[in-house]
Amino acid sequence: MIKLDSKIPPGPLANKWSDYKSSLRLVNPANKKKLEIIVVGTGLAGASAASSLGELGYNVKVFCFQDSPRRAHSVAAQGGINAAKNYKNDGDSIYRLFVDMVKGGDYRAREANVYRAAEVSNSVIDHYTAIGVPFARDYGGLLDTRSFGGVQVSRTFYAKGQTGQQCLLGSYSALCRQISKGTVKMFPRRDMLDVVVVDGKARGIITRNLITGEIERHSAHAVVLATGGYGTVFYLSTLALGSNASAAWSAYKQGALFANPSFIQIHPTSIPVLNDYQSKLTLMSESLRNDGRVWVSKVEKDKRHPNDISEEERDYYLERRYPAFGNLVPRDVASRAAKERCDAGFGAGDTGLSVYLDFSQAIAKQGQKAIENKYGNLFEMYEKITGVNPYKEPMRIYPAGHYTMGGLWVDYNLMTTIPGLFAIGEANFSDHGANRLGASSLMQCAGDGFFIIPYTITDYLSDEIKTPKIPTDKDEFAVAEKRVRERIEKILNVNGAKTASSFHKRLGKILWDYCGMIRNAEGLKKGLELVDELEAEFWKSVKVTGTKDGLNQELEKALRVADFFEIGKLMCIDALNRDESCGAHFREEYQTPQGEAMRNDEKFAFVAAWEYKGSNSPELHKEELKYEFVQLKARDYK
Amino acid sequence: MDIKLKIWRQKDAADKGKFETYDLKEVSPEMSFLEMMDYLNSKLISEGKEPVAFDHDCREGICGSCGIYINGRPHGPERGTTTCELRMRFFKNNETIVVEPWRSRAFPVIKDLIVDRTSLDEIIKAGGFISVDTGSAKDANCIPIPKNNSDKAFDAAVCVGCGACVAACKNSSAMLFVAAKVAQMGLLPQGKVEASIRVQKMVEKMDELGFGFCSNILACEYDCPKHVSSEFIAKMNRDFFSSKVCKQKVI
Repeated sequence: MIKLDSKIPPGPLANKWSDYKSSLRLVNPANKKKLEIIVVGTGLAGASAASSLGELGYNVKVFCFQDSPRRAHSVAAQGGINAAKNYKNDGDSIYRLFVDMVKGGDYRAREANVYRAAEVSNSVIDHYTAIGVPFARDYGGLLDTRSFGGVQVSRTFYAKGQTGQQCLLGSYSALCRQISKGTVKMFPRRDMLDVVVVDGKARGIITRNLITGEIERHSAHAVVLATGGYGTVFYLSTLALGSNASAAWSAYKQGALFANPSFIQIHPTSIPVLNDYQSKLTLMSESLRNDGRVWVSKVEKDKRHPNDISEEERDYYLERRYPAFGNLVPRDVASRAAKERCDAGFGAGDTGLSVYLDFSQAIAKQGQKAIENKYGNLFEMYEKITGVNPYKEPMRIYPAGHYTMGGLWVDYNLMTTIPGLFAIGEANFSDHGANRLGASSLMQCAGDGFFIIPYTITDYLSDEIKTPKIPTDKDEFAVAEKRVRERIEKILNVNGAKTASSFHKRLGKILWDYCGMIRNAEGLKKGLELVDELEAEFWKSVKVTGTKDGLNQELEKALRVADFFEIGKLMCIDALNRDESCGAHFREEYQTPQGEAMRNDEKFAFVAAWEYKGSNSPELHKEELKYEFVQLKARDYK
Repeated sequence: MDIKLKIWRQKDAADKGKFETYDLKEVSPEMSFLEMMDYLNSKLISEGKEPVAFDHDCREGICGSCGIYINGRPHGPERGTTTCELRMRFFKNNETIVVEPWRSRAFPVIKDLIVDRTSLDEIIKAGGFISVDTGSAKDANCIPIPKNNSDKAFDAAVCVGCGACVAACKNSSAMLFVAAKVAQMGLLPQGKVEASIRVQKMVEKMDELGFGFCSNILACEYDCPKHVSSEFIAKMNRDFFSSKVCKQKVI
C-alpha cells in the first residue's frame, strides 16, 4: 500500500526552503565522482539539472531523442520568464508571485512547492544573465520586463518573442561546457523506453538507439526524468511533433504515481486549424494580449472582412466580461470565453472557429516600430503561415492544447514514489495546480534544474556513497529489456494497413471533443469507450513499415501512440472522478449561473495521484492540500 | 495542385544512394512542405513502401531540426524560412521539386534526408559558453549593458543551429554559425573575459572537423532562415586576428 508523504518541511512559509536546504545532507567531492546520475531530456529542466550536477562533480549521463540537446521543445516558449525581482517598483515580491501562482492554479497546487518556485526565480534570472542570455534591456542598460496574463505587475523578463530559445541555449551552453569537461556524457537520438527498478530503487533505464535500433541498458545511482508533458496526446497541439510521454508513462507502469492527469492547459492564442492535413498548431505568444484586443462580431455568422466591421459592431467580450483584467485574464478563462463565443455562432473565419486579436489601436497609439520591436518575429511567423499581414488586419486565433499541469507525482524533494526516481519541469505535477500562469513554466523548469534538484538529489545520494557502480547484467535489467523487446516485436507484427499517425489523429479528436476545454460526465464516459475501441483497433490494424534494426521513424511514432491511448484513458478517468470545475478542468455540471468555474474545496482540495493497476483500473490515492498561508477564494477576474 | 518529387533515397551511411521520383496529386497549397512530405509518406506506407526519413520536430521554425535542400537551396526558395515554415503555395502546379539532404563532409548522411550535425555541437563544446557555475551569479542588474550591444548580441543569438549556412556554402564553411556564437558572447561584458580564448578554440575546432574556409560569397547569409548577418563573420575575423596578435595563449 502506497502512502503519500509530501515531505513538506515545517515552519513559516518564507523559511521552509532555506531551513530545509541547510538541513539536507551533503556528499563530499571525492564521493561525488563515484556516483552516477541519469538525466533524461535536455529541455530547460534537464539541461539545467545536468549542467549543475556536472558542475558539482557527479558523473552525469544525459539522453534526448533529438539529434542535439539544443532542440528540446523549451526552445519554442515565446513570451517570457517570471521572476519576483520587483525591478519595476510596482509592488511585486516573492510572496505576491506565490499568491498569483496559487490563485492562478485555482488552489490545487502545493503551497510550499509554489513558494519555493517563486523564491528561486530571482536566482534563475541572475544565472541566465551571467551565462550570456540576451534578455531585453532598457536604454539605461538594465533589464526590461513586461506584464503577462493573469497578473497585475510587470515581472516577466523576455528576449523578444524567443525567450524559451534564448534560455534553452543558455542551459545548453552550460551543458556543453560540462560535456567538454567530461563530467557529463551526452547520448542524443535515444528514446527512453523503460525504467529499471532494483530492490525498490530506480537504478537505470532502457533506451533505443534511434540510429542503430540497438536496445541499450544504462545504469546509475539515481534517475532524473525531465521529459516534458503529454500535450501531444491531442495530436494537434502547440508541442513539437516528437514530444511524447513514453518515458514518464513507463515510470508510471513501474510504480510511480501519476498526478492530476486531466489538468491540461488549453492555450487561448494559437493560429487556428486551417486544413485537414495540418500536423501542428503554432502558438502566438500570450504576451500579444498586452497590446492586442480580442473581439468577435456582434453579428452572428458574420463573414465580412474584419476591417469592414465597424467599432460599434465589435464585441470585445473579454473586456466586457472581465473589466478588471480585460484581455489579460488567465489562459483557461480566455480559452473558454473564446469557445463560448464560437459555439454561440459568433466565431470568425470560414470555420467559425476563431476570434480576432487586433493590434490596430496599439499600432495607432505606439507606432508600428514599437509593436515590431516587441513582437516582430511573431508577426512574421503569423504572416508566413497564414499569408495575412497582421499589421494591416487582425490575427485570427483559437485555443489549442498546450501545457500539462498534471504529471508524475513528486514530493518536496521532487522524487516520485519510486525511490531514486526524480521528475522535474513539466514532467512533474507540483507547481501549477489546475492551471499555469503565463511565463511560469520556464521559471519552474530552470528553477527545478539549477537550484532545487542539486540539493535534494545530493541528500538522497548521501545514502548511496557505499553503493558501487550498478552493473547492467542484473536480472532486473534483463527483465526490463525483455519487456521493451516484446513490445517492439508486438507492434511490428500487427502488420495492418493504417498508419500510426492516422490513429493518433483520431485519438486526438476524441480527447479534444470529450476531454478538452469543457467536459461532462456523459461525454467522458463516451470518450473512454471510444478510446478503448480505437486502441483495440490499433493493435489489430496498425502498419509499421521497416524493421526494428536501424532508423525507423514509423516504429518510434507507433510506440508513442500506443502509450497515448493509455494516457488518454487516465485523463478521462481523472476528469470523471473530479466532480468540480477548477482551473483548466471545466465540468459543465459545475458552473455558476454566469458560466464561471465552481470549485468544491470541501471534497476536492486534493491531488489525485493514480497508481497503475492495469490500463483500465488505476487506483486513486489522495494527497490532501492544506492551505496554511493563503485563504481559498473563488477566482475573480472581474 | 499536382507535383513531381525527385527525392534522394539512401538506406544508411554506407549506401551509395540515388534519386527516386514520385508523383503526388492533390497537394493543397496551404500545406507546409513537411505536411506534404507526411502526405507522401502516408501514401508510401499504404503501398507497403518505406517512407522517406527526414528530421523535424517543432514545426514552427525555432528548433532547427528540419533542414532539406529544396531545388538547390537550403530550406527552399523562400528567404528567411525554415523547411517546416515553407508552404506549398510557393510552388507551381506540375512543378518538379528536387529534394536532397544537406551536403557537407562534416554532415554525413544517416538515412535519406537525415544528416549527422553533431559537429555543430562539437564546436559549441569547444568554447561556445561563458564559464560561470550555477550559484555564483550576482544580481542581474549589477552589470548595465548598453541596449545597442545587448540588441546586437540578441541578433547573433537567434541562430537555430540548423546548418543551412554550411549547406549553402560551396566550401561547406561553418563561419556564420561560429561567428554568431562568438559575437553573442563577445558583445556582452560577461563573455568578454574569455573572448580571445573562445574565438581561438572554436575556430580551431571548426577547422579540425572538416568545415571549409570562407571565401566571402555570403550564400550563408542569404540562405540563413534567421537572417543572421555576415557582419559577424567580419567581427570574428577581427577578434581572431587580434587574439593571435595579442598572443593570449589557449590554456
